[in-house]
Amino acid sequence: MDLTAQRMTAAPESGAGTEAKPRLGDRIDAWLPKIVLAPTFVCALVFIYGYILWTAVLSLTPSRMLPKYEFAGLAQFEALFANERWWLALKNLALFGGTFVLVCLAVGLLLAILLDQKIRGEGLIRSIYLYPMALSFIVTGTAWKWILNPELGIERLLHDGGFENARFDWLIDPEMAIYTVVVAAVWQSSGFVMALFLAGLRGIDDSIIKAAQVDGASMPTIYRRIIIPSLRPVFFSSFMILTHIAVKSFDLVMALTNGGPGFSSDVPATFMYSFAFTRNQIGLGAASAMMMLMIVVAVIVPFMYSELRRPRHG
Amino acid sequence: MKIRTRIVHSCLIVAFGVGMTAATGAQAAELEVLHWWTAGGEAKSAAELKKMLESKGHKWKDFAVAGGGGENAMTVLKSRVVSGNPPAAAQIKGPSIGEWGAEGVLSNLDEVAKAGGWDGLLPPVVSKVMKHGGHYVAVPVNVHRVNWMWANPEVFKKAGVEIPRTWDEFPAATEKIQKAGFVPVAHGGQPWQDFTVFESIALGVGGADFYRKALVELDQPTLKGPTMEKVFTTFATVRKYVDKDSANRVWNQATGMIINGKAAMQFMGDWAKGEFTSAGKVPGKDYVCVAAPGTAEAFTFNIDSLVMFEQSSGDVRKGQQDLANAVMSPAFQEVFNLNKGSIPARMNMNLDKFDDCAKLSARDFEAASKRGSLVPSIAHQMAVSAATAGAMQDVVTQFFNTPAMKPKEAADKLARAALTK
Repeated sequence: MDLTAQRMTAAPESGAGTEAKPRLGDRIDAWLPKIVLAPTFVCALVFIYGYILWTAVLSLTPSRMLPKYEFAGLAQFEALFANERWWLALKNLALFGGTFVLVCLAVGLLLAILLDQKIRGEGLIRSIYLYPMALSFIVTGTAWKWILNPELGIERLLHDGGFENARFDWLIDPEMAIYTVVVAAVWQSSGFVMALFLAGLRGIDDSIIKAAQVDGASMPTIYRRIIIPSLRPVFFSSFMILTHIAVKSFDLVMALTNGGPGFSSDVPATFMYSFAFTRNQIGLGAASAMMMLMIVVAVIVPFMYSELRRPRHG
Repeated sequence: MKIRTRIVHSCLIVAFGVGMTAATGAQAAELEVLHWWTAGGEAKSAAELKKMLESKGHKWKDFAVAGGGGENAMTVLKSRVVSGNPPAAAQIKGPSIGEWGAEGVLSNLDEVAKAGGWDGLLPPVVSKVMKHGGHYVAVPVNVHRVNWMWANPEVFKKAGVEIPRTWDEFPAATEKIQKAGFVPVAHGGQPWQDFTVFESIALGVGGADFYRKALVELDQPTLKGPTMEKVFTTFATVRKYVDKDSANRVWNQATGMIINGKAAMQFMGDWAKGEFTSAGKVPGKDYVCVAAPGTAEAFTFNIDSLVMFEQSSGDVRKGQQDLANAVMSPAFQEVFNLNKGSIPARMNMNLDKFDDCAKLSARDFEAASKRGSLVPSIAHQMAVSAATAGAMQDVVTQFFNTPAMKPKEAADKLARAALTK
């Protein structure tokens, strides 16, 4: 590449081109990364930020079946917040997101600490816990739908096992249905969080722990005062990843409960889909999409700000 | 989800780029037809239409978008129309026809309709749906009856009860069926199925005039009134006789419960017949089709139709007219509906090849049309706009899943939802 380029410029300019040669090579070197990155950059610009902007514009219009570019002020947002189903979706997101992130972090940390005890067959166990991550949420949702179904799954198993009065019908209970989504999501994601924590644990300097042991600290104290605090960056990245999984969760809900019973396990993403695409209310759907974006921003920006402002460590 | 939408959008745009170059490069007389007749009998029906069109010298370009009861197809269609490249014809039904008409993108079929005498062939209620601003813009393909009840006579016999003909007889019969160890009502706990059952109850309890006033004209006092409360009370009774396994069950699994004798009855439109037929069951013997309790004299219809989009090429316009003619022809109406389980949209056809359920349906269709008790199905997007129907469906499904909710409260909520524009 370099050679042909040089030859091409060198030929017509003959003697005078001796100075230009290194400059052109440098210029290509300087431009090459930009040229290679340009398509990705343009794609990101158009398909991410461009469409965010378009959605924002649509949310301010009275669009119904097709986009209609008339200014409607905040009417769509007013309609959105007057909609009972939207409030339920927000409540479900809070319940689901909160429980999912906390339980995932707790289970992931616990598994990582247990695995870190230099046990035999660690590689195998690690793979087993990590494996659900390889499934798509659709598969997870469908499998758990069967497992949690009262007449096929766990409840049936308990009945057959002699516990005649056992009840486990969260899937068909409008109050509890959203927690079945938590169960399935935790099952899928906690292995991944475990892997993150395990990597963090392996990165902790052994000598600190040894020093603490010399000072007579017990193992629980060492974990509580030294190891877990030093995992702070891992908590940070896990939190970021889990939060955005929670806000954009769509496929899992669709496969597991389909928003049901009724619309009791609706989340903002399923709300947005049904209003924008099946009910010819694009404006309202766009408004709900903007609210989802704001939720992500509201949760992540302050967190990122406070984390990134701290001096970097290890 | 935002990311997903963005991906969908970007894919669509890429697809249109490709689609457009393909369209400009192709022959002018090619007719692109957007539809979602992709499953079994439906696909066979679509192939039949293709054959008829090709015999008239046109080329059929299949544009099938499967899935989601047409949701996916509609999303694709919107983007196609916005990008100025609509297909020649698309499967659109109910009030959506008017919404597309208001966009000014549909082509007028008055000439074909006049030549074919459509006004005399279609009941006025149906031709009203096919028109926008007084002009024909759509051609009906079939008529589904929604207010059916599919019953397993064997189960009724074992339980020692008659099939209930009114909602007053319903509780006593279901009680006995439950005692005999069967599931009285096979139901799938999905919002549209809840709404389908609700609609049949509204028709049975209140009658066709009440139905029209409340669920088509959205008359506020009727929606809030005592009859609607009674509808919700009956709806709550049905809830008691549904098994607890029903959450999120798809409709054909519920039909399966009737087929294998686990359940006694299901309230579902006549697309359910396809399930019985493919299981090798015979109507009248292995299963019976009767109108939902109290609705024998009425008929809720769900009609599929093809809408033609304005085209610049004269050849394609000619093709559209031939397509409209072909769809209305007795030959097509017969073949298509035999495969799909529905009945022909044009009246006075020879129905010798159809089964007993279809014959009964056709008889009731014409009788109901004369009697004025032919009403559009709200649960299947025939009565009111998608936004309004959706909001009302939310109330109905919420009531069905919230035993603590009072019928009065539900009726008030339904009236409020009906105001959604």
